[in-house]
Amino acid sequence: MVIEKTSVAGTLESSDCMVTLEPGNGSVELELESPVIHQFGHQIRKVVLDTLEHLDVKDAKIRIVDKGALDCTIKARVECAVFRNVGKVRGLPWGGAIRK
Amino acid sequence: MINAVGRDIPDEILARTGKEVFQGNNYKEGVEYHKQGPIVKPVLDHNTSKMVGSIREALEKCGAHDGMTLGFHHHFREGDLVVNMVMKEVHDMGFKDVTICASSLGKAHDALLPYIEDGTITGIESSGVRGKIGEAISTGKLKGLAIMRSHGGRVRAIQSGETTIDISFIGAPTCDDYGNCKGIGGKSDCGVLSYSFVDGQHANKVVAVTDCLVPFPNYPADIAMTRVDYVCVVDAIGVPEKIATGAAKPTTDTRKLMMADYCTQVVINTPYFKDGFSYQTGVGGASIASAASLAEIMKERGIKMGFAVGGMSKGMVDMLDQGLVGKLLDTQDFDLFAVNSVQRPNHHRISAGAYANPFNKGAFVNKLDYVVLAALEVDTHFNCNVVVGSDGRITGAQGGHPDAAQGAKCTIVICPLLQGRIPAICTDVTTVTTPGESIDVVVTDYGVAVNPARQDLLECLQKADCVPLKTIEELRDIAYAITGEPEPVQFGDRIVGIIEARDGTIMDVVREIKEFEF
Repeated sequence: MVIEKTSVAGTLESSDCMVTLEPGNGSVELELESPVIHQFGHQIRKVVLDTLEHLDVKDAKIRIVDKGALDCTIKARVECAVFRNVGKVRGLPWGGAIRK
Repeated sequence: MINAVGRDIPDEILARTGKEVFQGNNYKEGVEYHKQGPIVKPVLDHNTSKMVGSIREALEKCGAHDGMTLGFHHHFREGDLVVNMVMKEVHDMGFKDVTICASSLGKAHDALLPYIEDGTITGIESSGVRGKIGEAISTGKLKGLAIMRSHGGRVRAIQSGETTIDISFIGAPTCDDYGNCKGIGGKSDCGVLSYSFVDGQHANKVVAVTDCLVPFPNYPADIAMTRVDYVCVVDAIGVPEKIATGAAKPTTDTRKLMMADYCTQVVINTPYFKDGFSYQTGVGGASIASAASLAEIMKERGIKMGFAVGGMSKGMVDMLDQGLVGKLLDTQDFDLFAVNSVQRPNHHRISAGAYANPFNKGAFVNKLDYVVLAALEVDTHFNCNVVVGSDGRITGAQGGHPDAAQGAKCTIVICPLLQGRIPAICTDVTTVTTPGESIDVVVTDYGVAVNPARQDLLECLQKADCVPLKTIEELRDIAYAITGEPEPVQFGDRIVGIIEARDGTIMDVVREIKEFEF
């Protein structure tokens, strides 16, 4: 999917995260802020990059302000930001790209 | 050198501090030592006045100098004005390399940050620190080593001469012109002055700082005139609404109520729960709820508590009112109910030394049956961490945790399995503050684990079939299944602080934090 504008998903509530997705400069760039970055930084990065890859996003800047979200939450917020970005709000691929 | 809780204490730190590594709770049992007495400047002339016009004058008369150690108490909690007031004067007078030996420091002392940065303050000895001071220590801004010691440990350090306090500034809610100090009354009523008793007995110079001068004699005094050199009246020593708050609202959080219920079940199904038992608890939501449900069961069964000790709040005062507890032995008041209760019969003010000093001839904690404590982290060796956050930053205080944990026959730690994404039950705590040998039962929202060293307690709880029993490893595995397995915090090399065991040996070290790198 091609990221051509800015989209946001999530909140800054405890155990959630806020994802901001913007057009990239030819690759995926991740900026991560998290109170648990020492313990889970690598894991969060893996979840974010894997999720983008599943959705075929190859060129984007993604910023995550994490508030201690679990992996399932982070994945859902990233997916939401991507689908909002491309304007896809109906017929989401439940069980397809979203399930992987 | 590896200590008894498996932590590697670098030789450089042992050489620098002259300390030994922690070798188990009772390593110093029966080991004799000499108490250090203070320097005393006698007052014989009845014309001698102890009144000074300002903190500066007090500092001058007490012989303030570079490299001095100053003592403070934390009974005013987040409403304390004394530490900042004194340290501003110390800074303005240009003194350097000052060590603060406080019973605790909190966010009220964020204003000290510039004095740490400019070298006015180079040493901190405290039960713990929060806010900007914690951040400053963790990022290596403090020149010397921070020493974190328990309330009992502070008394030991001062009495044994390990720490000599040159001048102690005792914030006194009421005081007379000859230095008789009380924790009761005045504008900044904090109830008790327990942490200051040792300063009165061992500091070379003692300054009473008050905002309520009362007629002589202010008696019976917590800190007597015989120990006080100077009296200084200032506008305010505390912010009343931050010293003692209203009672904490009873929790409605189902998770906390469930942990409270598990905790109560553990207490009533272990053999120490009988008439005359003793108990200490904290002011966390689950602890308060557990004390309340315990009170109901005590009424039903006609069981009374002999004494409760430690920090006091409304829950314990209510129990005293209902005749459910014989004596309250008070070291700190968390709310107005406790402050106002202090003057009643059977509500006794005790010193931090009587409460918890491991180096006296027996402290109250030794007589405890149950203590209910909290923790930031508990590991599979039952070691607890109450000082250093899982991100490596110093952000809490030992308080009486290690003291009561060792003293009590049954030490219960209540700890939710997860704190956000942080698994509170983990393989190894970030920093050990209380050794696993002191911890008997861990209560979480996912089950209760008993220290394998306490098969007797485990059998009681199995027989009663009252709580979901798990091993500590099972609890950790449940936590990791939800959060993923955490990686260790990336620390720098420099050691910025030590966690002192009760007996003055080294339990663990705290390293400088560094920016996370992928």
